[in-house]
Amino acid sequence: MTALTDLYQEVILDHNKSPRNFRALEGATHSGIGHNPLCGDQLTLYVVVDGGVIREIGFQGKGCAISKASASLMTEAVKGKTTEEAEALFTRFHDLLTGPSDVKTDAKGFGKLAVFSGVREFPVRVKCATLAWHTLHSALAGGGASASTE
Amino acid sequence: MSTTVTSAAGLDVAAVRRDFPLLSRTAHGHPLVYLDSANTTQKPEAVIRASDRFYREQNANIHRSTYRLSEEATAAYEGARETVRRFVNARSTREIVFTRGTTESINLLATSFGQAFVKAGDEILITGMEHHSNIVPWQLLCERTGARLRVIPIDDRGDLVMDDLGRLLTEKTKLVGVVHVSNALGTINPVKALIGYAHAKGVPVLVDGAQSIPHLGVDVQALDCDFLAFSGHKVYGPTGIGVLYGKESWLSKMPPYQGGGDMIASVSFEKTTYAELPAKFEAGTGNLAGAVALGAALDYVTGLGLPRIAAHEADLLFYATARLSEIPGLRIIGRAREKASVVSFVLGDIHPHDVGTILDQEGICIRTGHHCAQPVMTRYDLPATARASFGLYNTREEVDALAAGLRKVLEVFGA
Ligand SMILES: Cc1ncc(COP(=O)(O)O)c(C=O)c1O
Repeated sequence: MTALTDLYQEVILDHNKSPRNFRALEGATHSGIGHNPLCGDQLTLYVVVDGGVIREIGFQGKGCAISKASASLMTEAVKGKTTEEAEALFTRFHDLLTGPSDVKTDAKGFGKLAVFSGVREFPVRVKCATLAWHTLHSALAGGGASASTE
Repeated sequence: MSTTVTSAAGLDVAAVRRDFPLLSRTAHGHPLVYLDSANTTQKPEAVIRASDRFYREQNANIHRSTYRLSEEATAAYEGARETVRRFVNARSTREIVFTRGTTESINLLATSFGQAFVKAGDEILITGMEHHSNIVPWQLLCERTGARLRVIPIDDRGDLVMDDLGRLLTEKTKLVGVVHVSNALGTINPVKALIGYAHAKGVPVLVDGAQSIPHLGVDVQALDCDFLAFSGHKVYGPTGIGVLYGKESWLSKMPPYQGGGDMIASVSFEKTTYAELPAKFEAGTGNLAGAVALGAALDYVTGLGLPRIAAHEADLLFYATARLSEIPGLRIIGRAREKASVVSFVLGDIHPHDVGTILDQEGICIRTGHHCAQPVMTRYDLPATARASFGLYNTREEVDALAAGLRKVLEVFGA
């Protein structure tokens, strides 16, 4: 049961139940749609970028606990960051989830995002945890593009 | 897991389970509880052995050579075709075409039947609970020809709205495609009645038997269906082998699907004449060992007796429906009047994907997602469901394990 409790930590359950920034943003400068065909998860992301900085970010959609909590925690993590900082964080976050399970990665500097390190033990769920991030990436790149985990 | 059970139906389930080597393995330190047979079934020793024996003792290409070994391989392959014929009660082995599975069978039909009989303005009628494999090939045909796809709707319980048939079945309809048993809802559709209505208007009917062949069996003459598609791997046989049954009167009027070796009578650069049925539809070297092992699978099922299997699975469905209904917040999707051993459900607002992950940690395998039937999910406004499906080897104890696992899910989610 320990792998499970690592996956479904309190923070994740909380953000699943009451996702933060769960709303559409009027005046979004960037938006994107993310889709995970495997489980039907779908999410729309709204971003207000001003002077290279993510000022506001919100999302809407349906999904499993992991994908919803990940989107919620991502919005908290990237708000106020420059787009470059956000992209760099995505890269590190991705490594945190996909690194070999016997190598302990340094969860330092991830803040609350560190709760997703448990996803590593569940390779099929990595896509759930990264859907919002892929969507952010394509929203920032294209503004209106759509991301798919497949 | 205690397996000292003989089911109410008289099936010696403990003995049956010993026939399936994989069922004795564990997953995440728990006995494996395999509840995903609608997805694919596990294989009995008899099937594994038939495949193994073909490669060890009988392997040669068929229909092509004069030597003894090739004759034996051909006999094994054609013997399997005869086993399939008997299983579905076709009039002749000329009506049994080997394919890769249900999907390829339907693509063959849509392409070949479409080429011969479907033009712009015609209609193909399917139902709202088809698997994607009985939707997309028809959409492709409609795109090619300018024909139109029409759909018999489903009601809230998961039954077809048969009253709409009068409106939907018209002189434009060229073919009706219907799933016999829905993999997403478990509904057993009234295919015999539907075929009667269609035939009254001179319209042929394809039955998708992927889920009915393992649980109910199909007698093509009793049903009077014009075509039947099914997969070996869902009836305890191997993957990569399946069947298209077609009435000879239709198959003989249809052009080949693929060109190549084995499907010709003679070839010159000016003109090629095609082989007789069923070879006309079997271009290239097929899955020989797979066909032979499919024959073994059908013999295995016949040996246990389809009525006994159906009764055992009906008991599991009844028991599972009762046990799962006791779980707080659990809602069963698909409450059709007649159902086969499939229970689709949602658990409160917990996403099916999370349910699947937690059950997996208990060694319990279920399917989660849209079950390749997205229109069904849309119909019930759900992104996905969790689905437990039962085969002849499942037990009431496994249903209990599922119920306990679902309570654990509720615990994890603090619900
Ligand atoms: C009702 C139904 N039709 C068709 C199929 C497709 O079968 P296959 O993937 O073996 O071609 C399935 C498999 O899930 C099914 O359940």
